[in-house]
Amino acid sequence: MFTVTNQDQTTRTPTATSVMPPAPAPSGDAPARRRRAFEAALPLTLPIAAGFLFLGCSYGLLMHAKGFAFWYPVSMAFFIFAGSMEFVTVNLLLSAFNPLAAFLLAIMVNARHLFYGLSMLGKFRNMGWKKPYLIFAMCDETFAINSSATIPPDADRGWFMLFVSLLNRWYWIGGTALGWLVGGLLPFSTRGIEFVLTALFLVIFLDQWMGERRHAPAMIGVLASALCLCVFGADRFMIPALVLMLILFAVLRPYLDDMKADETVGTVTTDGETAAAETADDEQGEQKENGR
Amino acid sequence: MTMSLWQAVATIAVVAFGTMLTRFVPFLLFPESKEPPRFIRYLGKVLPYAMTGLLVVYSLKDVSLMSGSHGIPEAIAMLAIIALHVWKKNMLLSIAGGTILYMLLVQLVFV
Repeated sequence: MFTVTNQDQTTRTPTATSVMPPAPAPSGDAPARRRRAFEAALPLTLPIAAGFLFLGCSYGLLMHAKGFAFWYPVSMAFFIFAGSMEFVTVNLLLSAFNPLAAFLLAIMVNARHLFYGLSMLGKFRNMGWKKPYLIFAMCDETFAINSSATIPPDADRGWFMLFVSLLNRWYWIGGTALGWLVGGLLPFSTRGIEFVLTALFLVIFLDQWMGERRHAPAMIGVLASALCLCVFGADRFMIPALVLMLILFAVLRPYLDDMKADETVGTVTTDGETAAAETADDEQGEQKENGR
Repeated sequence: MTMSLWQAVATIAVVAFGTMLTRFVPFLLFPESKEPPRFIRYLGKVLPYAMTGLLVVYSLKDVSLMSGSHGIPEAIAMLAIIALHVWKKNMLLSIAGGTILYMLLVQLVFV
């Protein structure tokens, strides 16, 4: 989805076509590296801006239609920041008070975040004060960008991921507020607009599919989920699907665990290598290679 | 709404807390000070692809093949998105095109 470039491989030498002076000093021009990070992050988030404006608006509109005050959708966007769970919470708020069920449902619906975290352990290393926010704001779309984008070598990795997280989060909050305030004024029917969510994920899926030679992990994700959806039904398939995926990945590991060669040029860079190659990113360049 | 104000606030707080747990637990289990096991690092490489697949299925979970419009508008819109995306590789175009087509289908054709 995010015009992933291979700059990382080709522009590591100072001769690159970069606006920055060649071979930036590790700590001397931190503001320039931060600005470069923003310039790299902003275009990648623009599709999300459009998607979240649609989606946030439809969510705010739904909350308005169900009779909730303005602060409900906005504070849920601010504190929960997990689109699907916020839609689920609308129904929770309209049924009988049951905090334990709400808590368990939140964990089950969002169990996929556990897998996002496992995917980002390496990339979030040495992020210092930025790390808690990067984790807090890691929604599906932010995860998709931060896990797949190749960050230009003259941009600060931490700031890049922070800008992606910040921008996406505020697109969502802004869209939600806007939807509540003006969504009802639209002169046409918005029936079916919820399909934008499916479209967004399908397009991310297609981009990953086309950017990667091996399709087994993607196929496992689709087939395990579809099978569990058929067997367990819409409300109970998430946990069995995640467990089934874990089992399949464990069983198929001998065939899938040699992905390193693909990933150094693919959409997902191996965290260790990138971090080691770009020690200049960190204020204290003293972090050693991560032992990959 | 049947809940009182504090019940609604408590529900939102509890949902936010549960959501945050799912985001933070991996980083609490595998802090930077120690290297995650090899298997966990392997999962970190294959999971991103699988998770997108899961998200596609998840967003379609309430579509019924047996009743209503039998998932036909969804199928048409998804095929259109695939065709658009393979053709133009423009994310915004694919999303907007597919969504608008779907809205037209459910509002005008499959009513």
